[in-house]
Amino acid sequence: MASVKDATAPNDRLRNDDIGLERRLELFRLQVEIRDCEKRAHDLFLQNMIKGTSHLSLGQEAVAAGFGVAMRKGDKSFCTYRGHAHTLARGASMEGMLGELMLRDIGLMRGKGGSMHLTSVEHGVLGSYAIIGAHLPIACGSAWRAQYLGEKDVSVCFFGDGTTNIGAFHEALNFAAVWKLPVVFVCENNLYMEYTPISDVTAVKHPAADRAAAYGLERIVVDGNDADVVYRTALAALEMARDGGGPSLIECLTYRHSGHSRADPAKYRPPGELEEWLKRDPVVIYRERLRDFGVNQATIDAVEAESKRKVEAATEACKASPPAPVELLTADVYADGGWAWRN
Amino acid sequence: MAELTYRDAVARGIAQEMERDERVVFLGEDIGKAGGVFKTTVGLYEKFGPRRVRDTPISEQAILGAAMGAAMTGLRPIAEIMFADFLAVCFDYVANQMSKLRYMSNGQLACPLVIRTGNGGGVRFGAQHSQAVENWTMMIPGVKVVAPSSPMDVIGLMAAAVRDPDPVIFHEHKALYAIKGEVPDGEIVDRLGTAKILRPGHDCTIVALALMVPRALAAAEILQREHGVDAEVIDVRSLVPLDTQTILGSVAKTGRLFTVEENPRLCGWGAEIASIVADEAFWDLDGPIVRITTPHIPLPAADHLEDLALPSASRIVDKVCRVLNG
Repeated sequence: MASVKDATAPNDRLRNDDIGLERRLELFRLQVEIRDCEKRAHDLFLQNMIKGTSHLSLGQEAVAAGFGVAMRKGDKSFCTYRGHAHTLARGASMEGMLGELMLRDIGLMRGKGGSMHLTSVEHGVLGSYAIIGAHLPIACGSAWRAQYLGEKDVSVCFFGDGTTNIGAFHEALNFAAVWKLPVVFVCENNLYMEYTPISDVTAVKHPAADRAAAYGLERIVVDGNDADVVYRTALAALEMARDGGGPSLIECLTYRHSGHSRADPAKYRPPGELEEWLKRDPVVIYRERLRDFGVNQATIDAVEAESKRKVEAATEACKASPPAPVELLTADVYADGGWAWRN
Repeated sequence: MAELTYRDAVARGIAQEMERDERVVFLGEDIGKAGGVFKTTVGLYEKFGPRRVRDTPISEQAILGAAMGAAMTGLRPIAEIMFADFLAVCFDYVANQMSKLRYMSNGQLACPLVIRTGNGGGVRFGAQHSQAVENWTMMIPGVKVVAPSSPMDVIGLMAAAVRDPDPVIFHEHKALYAIKGEVPDGEIVDRLGTAKILRPGHDCTIVALALMVPRALAAAEILQREHGVDAEVIDVRSLVPLDTQTILGSVAKTGRLFTVEENPRLCGWGAEIASIVADEAFWDLDGPIVRITTPHIPLPAADHLEDLALPSASRIVDKVCRVLNG
């Protein structure tokens, strides 16, 4: 890949840029790689290489990428079943992610968790939780530990708009606000709770932001399809949490290009809606953004080519990986490594 | 050696572990400044301060979720769920989250925490504050379950639970808080997964848990005195891990097994023990295995009705006599 130095001609916009070219290329790389990986997951499904279910983030990549670049090593991510993007955004490998979807030994959890439970502790991804809302209180606990031990990491919790109508959301928001915990709650409002428009089932227009006042928090709604906006918002929230300023609740407006899960063709969407959102595709937006900042085409092409190469290599590695050994069936139920419940 | 109530043993057990390990923190509703609604945690807030003893809102999901997140990242939390019935409002954390974390993550994550909860009846609180729910928790792979019956066991099993690397549900019995027992000075540390033979005997084995233990012991005295039946009484103490060897060894000696369970009959813990003994000690048995349980009903508030519902010493005596003489 071209180095940062070679990537652009001198440009006034870059000189005053708070984000900087290096991070811009990183924001682009992450979005492209997440996009390519998710598309590959979709293809592998059609080839029956991925079993069970899968919830793609196609169209929502800017949120994961913006936070991924803004978060520091040691910060903790808590994701949902739609968590492939957030796991990759913290640096987990493509073969670890795709391998888990394919339930192979090479997967992040060697196939024991599957698509909905991606976990990579070494990258700060402390789990993907498939019961709506459950991980908001869990993120509070991680943040409480940081506060208690005087550690400087921040816990970031990603969830969808549907989560704002379950009790755990409200318990966690209040709890985090009262204890002033270093936690950032990130709602990706993609307009649909599974199949039903979120506006049909929610008393307020903005399902997360319009609830913030109830917990003494600032009302924050941002364009979730613009990685720069997400990055800047994330940076401010992370800094506030790190400095002891307490939690934030951020609503990122975005849209998923595919259905809720692989079983969903998303026929409930009104005609033309997808097309409108495709015009605001975060990857397209960011490619244009780089051009505006004078990044040359060769650099952009190199990022995209490298992503495709990595996805191919990861796919091949996953296909070559055996399924996990049967000994794993009863491993790690308890801390002794086994499953013994009696003598 | 000092005489201590079961209630005071709770605070002593928690204090022992908090003094030993700075990572041990304690959270729950009214547990700090108020000293707990059952006065089981009096003095902890004053001793360890608001940083380590934290009052929470009435948010059971937040309590267990926060305990879990803290445990995953390095603390050793003790969380109180005031009444065991309330486990139902945060059961996701018990049944889906903390229990499966280690397995689903292929061992990347652990969840060393204790959920203390006031379990069981006999206190006239009615159907939503009196249930014995130990069987709810026993059936979930990944959690451990204990239920002490004496002040000494409260302290020792609390220490074992806090030091255990897995999530432990610690069922305290509300009707036992006032009982007293001798407790030695100094540190007390017990082991999970160990049953105790509290009264040796030759004619039959009576297996009991928590409040049913003193009732089984009282029944054994009556059986001896009035019916010439020499019963062996075992306190199961730990449902997971389950000490089947002590029970199987006893049945090998007595040839007869009775379980005394406060949980409603269906899928009660005694059914699992009966199944194990039937599978593995069938030829040791001289008669059917008999379960003495609360019937499959919600608990009434009225004292005379609640007393009819829960197994009593006299009901145990009647049942044992009828079966042995049958």
